[in-house]
Amino acid sequence: MTESPMVRAEAVCKDFGALKVLKGVTLEVSKGQVLVLVGPSGSGKSTFLRCINHLEEVTAGRLFVDGQLVGYRERGGKLHELPPREAAKQRRDVGMVFQHFNLFPHRTALQNIIEAPIQVKKVKKDVATARAKDLLDQVGLSAKANAYPAQLSGGQQQRVAIARALAMNPKLMLFDEPTSALDPELVGEVLAVMKKLAAEGMTMVVVTHEMGFAREVADQLVFMDGGVIVERGAPREVLSNPQHERTKAFLSKVM
Amino acid sequence: MSDDRATPAPIDAVPLRHPWRWVTAAAILVIVGLFLWGAATNPAYGWSTYREYLFNERVLKGVWNTLQLTVYSMVIAIILGVVLAVMRLSPNPVFRWVAWVYLWIFRGTPVYVQLVFWGLFPTIYQNIQLGVPFGPSLLHIDLQNLSFPFLLALIGLALNEAAYMAEIIRAGISSVPEGQTEASIALGMSWAMTMRRTVLPQAMRVIIPPTGNEVISMLKTTSLVTAVPYTMELYGITSREIAARIFEPIPLLLVAATWYLAATSVLMVGQYYLERYFSRGASRKLTAKQLEALAKEQIGEPHP
Repeated sequence: MTESPMVRAEAVCKDFGALKVLKGVTLEVSKGQVLVLVGPSGSGKSTFLRCINHLEEVTAGRLFVDGQLVGYRERGGKLHELPPREAAKQRRDVGMVFQHFNLFPHRTALQNIIEAPIQVKKVKKDVATARAKDLLDQVGLSAKANAYPAQLSGGQQQRVAIARALAMNPKLMLFDEPTSALDPELVGEVLAVMKKLAAEGMTMVVVTHEMGFAREVADQLVFMDGGVIVERGAPREVLSNPQHERTKAFLSKVM
Repeated sequence: MSDDRATPAPIDAVPLRHPWRWVTAAAILVIVGLFLWGAATNPAYGWSTYREYLFNERVLKGVWNTLQLTVYSMVIAIILGVVLAVMRLSPNPVFRWVAWVYLWIFRGTPVYVQLVFWGLFPTIYQNIQLGVPFGPSLLHIDLQNLSFPFLLALIGLALNEAAYMAEIIRAGISSVPEGQTEASIALGMSWAMTMRRTVLPQAMRVIIPPTGNEVISMLKTTSLVTAVPYTMELYGITSREIAARIFEPIPLLLVAATWYLAATSVLMVGQYYLERYFSRGASRKLTAKQLEALAKEQIGEPHP
């Protein structure tokens, strides 16, 4: 029996009323793989990422995380919406990092990291704190444990946000343009943490404009435009020898 | 730390004069002085009566009851207001509608009318029975034989105020960026937990200043509980009890006004400190303390 992929999307569609944002996205991410999604803004790549975490509801098609249907339960040939408790349970295993960090401003870096393990997973405070300190160390911020988000640079905030997501021991990490809101000189420190994470075998889906990162780290590069996948393949192939006109036009602008 | 370049001399300019400020200030002072002199010499103010009753035992009892009414009704109103605001923003349509109808009724009718209604409550509902509908009764309370105007006044003020507090709290909740809710949900937190742990603590900064206003407003609104009728609070005691007995309404109104003003002043000081506490970290501006520390660092030597 073959292992089920971490993410399997079958013709995933998403409408916002009359607006069709995703028009049938089909892809697979195996365990331990890094998938990088690129594309112009409005191409649906962020929406697709949010669907994986059920922050948006898929309107057609099927989306599976680790073999489990996201947001629904199939019974008697019909889909049933998951009750909120079950949906929350699914999200626990998927970490998400946002473009604007979204750290809790009224909590210190350490408090941000221990919040969900203590509140959601009911981990004991001292256990959660020890783990949080370990994670802060991993992202190179052990000295900033007691700093409030406002006292940290953008790059530091994003690294705390990554540590916060990792504290839930996710089996999949989603990154939604994690470096787009950062000053150029701070991008590197965040990418370094992400590279280390990939090297440790974390399954990751990353929406980014950092082509260097894609080339170096991704196992699979997917170029999306207009809600569909235009081109996909090994990053080196796609980046150096794009087949499609739209891919060529996009890459010529960002590289 | 020395610098080779010569430091320029500090600017010593003649400050701009503002003669009209002095003229208007003087004119206002004269007018105020005339009014005070008039008030002090006008026998209608009855200053001796004022002095006699300012610290009267009954008056102090009224002050105490007014403060109790204010505090209790605000506490109930804030708790109920949080519940109503959260209900109005909840994904549950039943909650949303219940909260909306509550607001519609309690904000849409005058508080005085509501207080009169609560006063008539024991007449409308003469007794309370708890039990199985059309079955045996488990608890029986005869409302008409109870005397509880303080409680009715309290309920009337609190339920009315809760409608206003709900709107203030809703505004505070709406001011918290959506990303905060999203980050919490993405971490697997439930909606209720997101509200309690992430949204409400951040909403406090926006909620505190108007709530301070509401407390001050409530202190004065307590004078309306005479509609219940409850007459043991400050205004009731000074004007309905003492002034009606000694036929001197003006000095006793001044006694009441003095106490209201004193209580409001104390509340204003409290509000100032609360606001300062909850706006910590909200501004990029450095505090005086931080500036001092930075200046010390720049000079490179500790202060004496």
